Amino acid sequence: MGQSFAAGYMLFLLKGALWTLGLSAIALLCGGVLALVVALCRISTQKWLRLAMAFYIQIIQGTPVLVLMFLMYFGLPALGWSVSPLLAASVSLSVYVSAYLGESWRGAIQSVPQAQWEAAECLALSRTQRMAKVVLPQAVRIATPPTVGFMVQIIKNTSLASVVGFIELVRAGQIVNNTTFQPFLIYMLIAVLYFSMCYPLSIFSRKLEARSGEKSYA
Amino acid sequence: MHSGSEERNHEIVVSLKGVCKKFGDIEVLRGVDMEVAKGEVVAIIGQSGSGKSTALRCIDLLETIDEGSITVYGHEVHKPGVDLRALRQDIGIVFQSYNLFPHLTIEENIMLAPTAVKKLSKADARELAHRVLGQVGLAEKARNYPDQLSGGQQQRVAIARSLAMEPKVMLFDEVTSALDPKLTGEVLRVIEDLAKKGMTMIMVTHEMNFARRIADTIIFMNEGKVWEKGEAGILNNPHTPELREFLQNEL
Repeated sequence: MGQSFAAGYMLFLLKGALWTLGLSAIALLCGGVLALVVALCRISTQKWLRLAMAFYIQIIQGTPVLVLMFLMYFGLPALGWSVSPLLAASVSLSVYVSAYLGESWRGAIQSVPQAQWEAAECLALSRTQRMAKVVLPQAVRIATPPTVGFMVQIIKNTSLASVVGFIELVRAGQIVNNTTFQPFLIYMLIAVLYFSMCYPLSIFSRKLEARSGEKSYA
Repeated sequence: MHSGSEERNHEIVVSLKGVCKKFGDIEVLRGVDMEVAKGEVVAIIGQSGSGKSTALRCIDLLETIDEGSITVYGHEVHKPGVDLRALRQDIGIVFQSYNLFPHLTIEENIMLAPTAVKKLSKADARELAHRVLGQVGLAEKARNYPDQLSGGQQQRVAIARSLAMEPKVMLFDEVTSALDPKLTGEVLRVIEDLAKKGMTMIMVTHEMNFARRIADTIIFMNEGKVWEKGEAGILNNPHTPELREFLQNEL
C-alpha cells in the first residue's frame, strides 16, 4: 500500500466525516423544529395534547435509535414506501432528537419563573405574545448549554446510520477496512475524527453553562 | 394632605361584594366588601395571611373567586366570559418582586405591551417609554438591562411599564417590601406623585406612615374580612382591638 493510496483512503474517511456532520445538522434542524412542537404541546392548555405528547416521548425514549433506523429503512418499504438510506437516517434521528430535546426544552420553558408569565399577563399580552416575547426568549438562554451538549450525542448517534448503508464516517471506515484490513489503524482514525468533532462542542457547552451561571443579560 | 379628593366625584369604579376565596381548605377571603371611587387612594393593611394580597390579585383576576362579585370599570370580573385582555388594559399592577423582563432593555420592557397590545408604532412606543421613564426619574436608564439597576430603580421601571398602558386604576402589591429604607423612599415618592395626579389606586402596604399620608381610605383586613375602614384617622384612633394590636406590633 503506497503513500498516495493511503491519502485516497484518508480523503474517503474525511468525506464520510463530512456526511456525519451533514446528517447531524439535518437531525438537529428537523429534530429541533419537531422538538419545539413537542415542547409546546407538552405545556398546552389541552390535556389530551399534553398526554399524547407524553406518550410519544415515552415511546421514543424507550426505543433504541437503531430500531427506529431499521423500522424506517426496512419496515416502511415492506408497507410499500421505498426509502433511501439518507431519508431513513434523517427521519429516525430527527424523531429521536425531537423526543429528547422536546422534553429538555419543555423543562427550560417551565423554569422561566411563573412571575414572568403573570407580569406579561397583567400587561394584557395574549398567550401567544407572552410565549413568543417573554417566555421563549428566556427559555432559549436556559436551554442553549444543554442543547449544545446534546449535539455531541447526535453526532455520535449518526454512526448508527451505517447499518442502513448510509456512508457516514463509520460506514466509510468499514469500506476502507474491507480492502486494507488495518482495523486498529482505521478505527483509531475514526475515533480521533469523532473526538475532534465532539470535543469543541463539549467545551463550548461548558463555557455557555458557565456564562449562564453569571446570569447576566447585558 | 388627602390628595386628589377635590377631583373625586364619588363615582364607584371598583367594587367587591361578598368575595370569598379558598385555597384548598383554607378560607383566605371570607366575604370581602369594598368600594373604591374614581381618584381615590385606598391602602389595605393587615397581617400576613389576612388576605390583603389575595384580594388585590382577585381584582386583576390572577385568582378566581369562589363566591361574590367584583366589578372594575364595568368589567364583571367574577363572570366566566369577562374579556381578560380588556380588563388588564384598564388595570395596572405592580408586584413586590418587580418582575421586569430580564432579556429586554428598560425601554423595551416598557414598549412591549404598547406595541403588542395597542399596536403602537416602535417610534411612538419609544417616545411613550421615555415619557413614563421621565415621570419616574429614570430617563437616562432606557438602554440599560434590568439587572444593571438597583431594586428601587427596577421597581420604578415596573411602575412606568404599567403606566405606559394608561390604566384607569393601579394596584400595588407590597411594592416596597423587598427594598431597604433608602430605596423605599424613591419608590414611594413616585407613587405619591401618581396620587397627586388623581390616579385611582389600591395598595397593599406595610408602610403605615406612607398610608397615613397619602391614602384617602385605610382598610384594615383581618381573618379574610374587612375588619375596619375609614380615613387615615383610624390609625391614630382604632375602633377594634385587632387594629390596635396590629398597629402596636407595626411600630
